[in-house]
Amino acid sequence: MRGAALAQWTACAVAVALAATACGGGDNGGGASGVVRSSWGDPANPLEPANTNEVQGGKVLDMLFRGLKRYDPKTGEAKDMLAEKIVTTDSRDFTVTVKDGWTFSNGEKVTAKSFVDAWNYGAHLENNQRNAYFFGYIEGYDKVHPEKGRATADTLSGLRVKDARTFTVRLTQKFSTWPETLGYAAFAPLPRAFFDDHDAWLAKPVGNGPYTVESYARGSQMTMRKWGEYPGPDKARNGGVDLQVFTDNNTAYTALTAGNLDLVDDVPASQLKNVRADLGDRYINSPAGIIQTLAFPYYDDRWNADGMEKVRKGLSMAINRQQITETIFQRTRTPAKDWTSPVLAAEGGFDDALCGEACEFKPAEAKKLVAEGGGIPGGTLKITFNADTGSHREWVDAVCNSINNALGNDRACTGNPVGTFADFRSQITDRKMTGPFRAGWQMDYPLVQNFLQPLYYTNASSNDGKWTNEEFDGLIDEANAESDPVKAVEKFKAAEKVARDQMAAIPLWYQNGSAGYSDRISNVALNPFSVPVYNEITVN
Amino acid sequence: MGRYVARRLLQMIPVFIGSTLLVFLMMYALPGDPVRALAGEQAVDQAQIAQVKKDLGLDLPIWQQYWNYLAGLFQGDFGTQIATQRPVADVIADAFPITVRLTLFAFAFTVIAGISMGVFAGLKADTFRDRGLLVLTLLLISVPSFVLAFLAQYFFAHELGWVEPVVSAAADSQELILPAVVLGSLSLAYVARLTRTSVAENLRSDYMRTAVAKGLPKRRIIGVHLMRNSMIPVVTFLGTDIGTLMGGAVVTEGIFNVQGVGYNVFQALKSREGSTVVGIVTLIVVVYLVSSLIVDLLYAVLDPRIRYA
Repeated sequence: MRGAALAQWTACAVAVALAATACGGGDNGGGASGVVRSSWGDPANPLEPANTNEVQGGKVLDMLFRGLKRYDPKTGEAKDMLAEKIVTTDSRDFTVTVKDGWTFSNGEKVTAKSFVDAWNYGAHLENNQRNAYFFGYIEGYDKVHPEKGRATADTLSGLRVKDARTFTVRLTQKFSTWPETLGYAAFAPLPRAFFDDHDAWLAKPVGNGPYTVESYARGSQMTMRKWGEYPGPDKARNGGVDLQVFTDNNTAYTALTAGNLDLVDDVPASQLKNVRADLGDRYINSPAGIIQTLAFPYYDDRWNADGMEKVRKGLSMAINRQQITETIFQRTRTPAKDWTSPVLAAEGGFDDALCGEACEFKPAEAKKLVAEGGGIPGGTLKITFNADTGSHREWVDAVCNSINNALGNDRACTGNPVGTFADFRSQITDRKMTGPFRAGWQMDYPLVQNFLQPLYYTNASSNDGKWTNEEFDGLIDEANAESDPVKAVEKFKAAEKVARDQMAAIPLWYQNGSAGYSDRISNVALNPFSVPVYNEITVN
Repeated sequence: MGRYVARRLLQMIPVFIGSTLLVFLMMYALPGDPVRALAGEQAVDQAQIAQVKKDLGLDLPIWQQYWNYLAGLFQGDFGTQIATQRPVADVIADAFPITVRLTLFAFAFTVIAGISMGVFAGLKADTFRDRGLLVLTLLLISVPSFVLAFLAQYFFAHELGWVEPVVSAAADSQELILPAVVLGSLSLAYVARLTRTSVAENLRSDYMRTAVAKGLPKRRIIGVHLMRNSMIPVVTFLGTDIGTLMGGAVVTEGIFNVQGVGYNVFQALKSREGSTVVGIVTLIVVVYLVSSLIVDLLYAVLDPRIRYA
């Protein structure tokens, strides 16, 4: 295949030299009737469900797969999709019944085994799946995915197929809201074709969602078409979606304004000033499950000392979030008022009064608190960030400016850029931070648990600052064991209040998802993961 | 002649190996761990990272990695991308045809427009049209290419609507014309100036006076005697220029959404995809070597006094 590709482009180059003919082949799919043309970035990973942790691949998976649960695009609530019922008596052993009548687009039936095989694949160390940690709550995970060394089992011992439509799951701990996590793409079922001919499947993935992949040219375009026989209730309301790769969001935006594209799901920061004039009400700016914070290195004794919580709280109160989100982000961020996200809604654990005055801009009190706590360690606060993506420099400068003004000291705070994201992450993993650093969290599933446990629980997977607090850990354990969802949320909020009193991390702002679309299409919305809800879009 | 070409081709081998080694070492020396960065903000356990590195051979010592890379290269294997797990040969096979076409268009534009403008001005040096050319080329040289690109995009695509503002993923040939013109216009200015100076100078040379005195027709004097001798500096410039164009214009490609070599190298550099960078840079080095060989051979064609033994 590789030889053929090389031969093709050599032939192409020769043909071009002779007569300037078009090479590459294939039409650009522009304007086919009923088809939505959407911008895309080539996924940074092979399109396996358990290996996709970013939006670009997530778009495809959302069209191609349906799991046991699906998050309501509007409310984020987990609703049964393929699950007929998921029952438990002790919040630890779950029995899952799969609905009858579902098939993959190649005709194969979706059974309990389709799920169990997919999850075993996703969890196994040797398959290098990036979302393997999602299966970490299932018993036997430490055997198939040990922290060190080789796997000693092939399958998760906590998964058992009972019959064609039933399987049981045993977790390592009580986790009452575990079924709510099953809307995530990593838990999607997989057809036998995935295991039998993996390369062929990757070249043209087959799933059980409302769309099928017609063709996939890596690095340039994926053509998805409506699957006529899709058995689910959320059938595609358009003929298909052409996902077209653009070099960056600026060129995609240009193509949108020129009428060559129907949907961009990331409006470039430089265009935010013009977007209302260009698109009118065809611009969407809605909350996504992303929160930006400043984390602290608690492995550094100076930051872990007694009284430092006052300094951290003071710094939080020295940041003028309102002004920064309005001027720098053009309202595509909302000042944070807790450590979760508005997409959870009040029932889900979002509380816009939880942080209270600690997240308000009060320069005089800020100065007092920092002084009471013993001042900034080392005299200067260095905020570390990566300079290669996401225009972080602007807001770091603005935050520092705000802190400097509040503390009345021009040298109180300064930015500390790291050249690349790869290096930034390496330095964090190697515990080389000496001051606060940029931390962002995009939720895996819309549960308050996901905003707290992975980030602040002792030694949790994304607890980069290594914050640790017994009271917090205890409350999280209690919340997970609580079978009543309402009471569980209250426990999580109690834990969040511990994080607040210690100011474990300074919440900055909630990030919104943005999108713009052409007048060719309507019914465009973003789900809480800031992925466009493609199947709802209609073509005028 | 044949021996000369053979010798030059053999010389390419050490240059090829040396340049791959240099780029390989440079990529290795960059800070940060590309495998770790795959996970983004999420945490990935060390076992997973170790497993990925083992699969890709990234856990071996650097000299062994280089040896494996080189051994693969001679079997036509350019390696595999870390993140996408795509063979680098596929990435190259996607990007090069687009860049080759873009280069050919830009090159053709540079040669045809540049040389004719240069001859046009050089024949009547220090006249109004000569000064006009100098002003125009000065403008092209001094305006940064991205300004030119945005201006052209705005004017030809948004205002006049002659072309689409950005190139589609298929990159049809007619879509590449505008980016090619923008890309070629800097070289165009240099070529026009070089040709103009060379022509103006050679017009006063002895062999020109002889040709005129012999009573040769004007077409033959300019087309053969003058042009052939005036082309030597221009050909030298064009030889290196083709390498520069192939190396990809990251900025211009970015503005026009051309997913060619420049874009891919830039992306690969950002995510530290070593094998992709080394593979593409190596191919560009080969392009440079071949084009400079062709330039040297052209000298002999243009100036009969030059002979290669």
